[in-house]
Amino acid sequence: MKKLLIWVSVLGTLGLMGWGYYQAMYAAPTEATMGDVQRIFYYHVPNAMLAFLFFAISFVASIVYLATRRGRPSMAQAADAWALAGAEVGVVFCTVVLITGPLWGRPVWGIWWTWDARLTTTLVLWLIYVSYLLLRKFAAGPQMQTLAAVLAIFGAMDVPIVYMANRWWRTQHPAPVFGGGDDSGIKDPHMLAAFGWNVLAWACWGLLILAFRVYVERRQQRIQSEAADAALAAD
Amino acid sequence: MSQPNTTGNSWLGLVWAHLEKDLRIEWRSWQALTSMLFYALLVVVLFSIAFDPTADVSRQISGGVLCVATMFASVSLLNQAWTREIRHQVMDALRMTPSDGAALFLAKVLANFLFVCIVQIVLGPIFFIFYNLHPLGDAWLLLLVIPLGTWALVANGTFFAAISIRSRNRDLLLPLILFPIFLPALLAMVLSVKTILTGDGSDPHLLWIKMLAGYDIIFMTVSLLLFDTVLQAE
Repeated sequence: MKKLLIWVSVLGTLGLMGWGYYQAMYAAPTEATMGDVQRIFYYHVPNAMLAFLFFAISFVASIVYLATRRGRPSMAQAADAWALAGAEVGVVFCTVVLITGPLWGRPVWGIWWTWDARLTTTLVLWLIYVSYLLLRKFAAGPQMQTLAAVLAIFGAMDVPIVYMANRWWRTQHPAPVFGGGDDSGIKDPHMLAAFGWNVLAWACWGLLILAFRVYVERRQQRIQSEAADAALAAD
Repeated sequence: MSQPNTTGNSWLGLVWAHLEKDLRIEWRSWQALTSMLFYALLVVVLFSIAFDPTADVSRQISGGVLCVATMFASVSLLNQAWTREIRHQVMDALRMTPSDGAALFLAKVLANFLFVCIVQIVLGPIFFIFYNLHPLGDAWLLLLVIPLGTWALVANGTFFAAISIRSRNRDLLLPLILFPIFLPALLAMVLSVKTILTGDGSDPHLLWIKMLAGYDIIFMTVSLLLFDTVLQAE
């Protein structure tokens, strides 16, 4: 039953992603000024939104870890697994954003990269979470989990700065598509549909990977605690 | 011997006790200050020789060079600041005292801030001579920008040094976790120094300085709140 559920969700996600690809590449009309290169938007923006979601998951899980590590250790361990998985999947999504951005920027702006506020802060965000993963590699045990949770909170404080960057400062990055003022929002229903399907498909994909990653990490924790118990019993 | 002061067990008294200890250790050894000073001087000389800048170019880049020189030099100081406490298990003793971790943290930040400021005061004139600097904007604003930027660097650095000393390769890890977090402050500091030196008026509302101040307040608050967690992490 459990296996069936996993297979259904994997196949469902793959189907959604295929449908999203069809929507973005064939169903949505070609944009008037930019042409076909605008279709990157259907990948760039959903990935950016989801990267923020996964970093938020990591942030909340880190707070839960810090709050419960003394009173309820088993819950804290679960929260730690979520924090790690959220950061890892978030870094992957953020990487996609940082790759698709320049691919779009080269033909439209004529440059791969510019050091404006939005781009810089997204890169900074990516660097912070990579350093979070490095810290987790370099230190070990419950001490590392606490320190990593603290670092995750610091990293998360950067997210609002990133999000507000192109509202506070005039930047070269396009103005926010949603919630950026009266003129914002996608006007063409086909484009909106393509965008919505891709958000859904990537969200399912990301959550699926996240769930697998949490599962693996929980198993890892169980193996480690069993090994620790066995070592104690052997003494 | 210090006199038992009247503030006694108050929070500020604790901060002062930690601070006094750090200052006295440094006064007797001069270890951190001399190594940092020489290191920063070397970075300034290296950049000057490597780029051989003209007056115009040096106005553009010197803000960045000053920040990067301070940044690299501070990392060596920050690593030492806590490594010193690990020897003879001072850290464990500090952990066992009933005093607040935030007081210890604030004292460390103040001590490190003072050391970095001394380095900057010594280095500043040399810097102006090597790079033929002649600020075209409001030079007095530098007195605001540089301490704010230094505070951002030192406060975060002290915090992350306390994290990185717990890892296996401690000296390597500090820059890896400090620099990404410090980047927004570095950007604000470099851009405002550049605006001041070139006097191009690109930042009439002093937005970058405000951002730097905001960054200092936010990160200092969070650091003070979370330091106990880091100190007690076992």
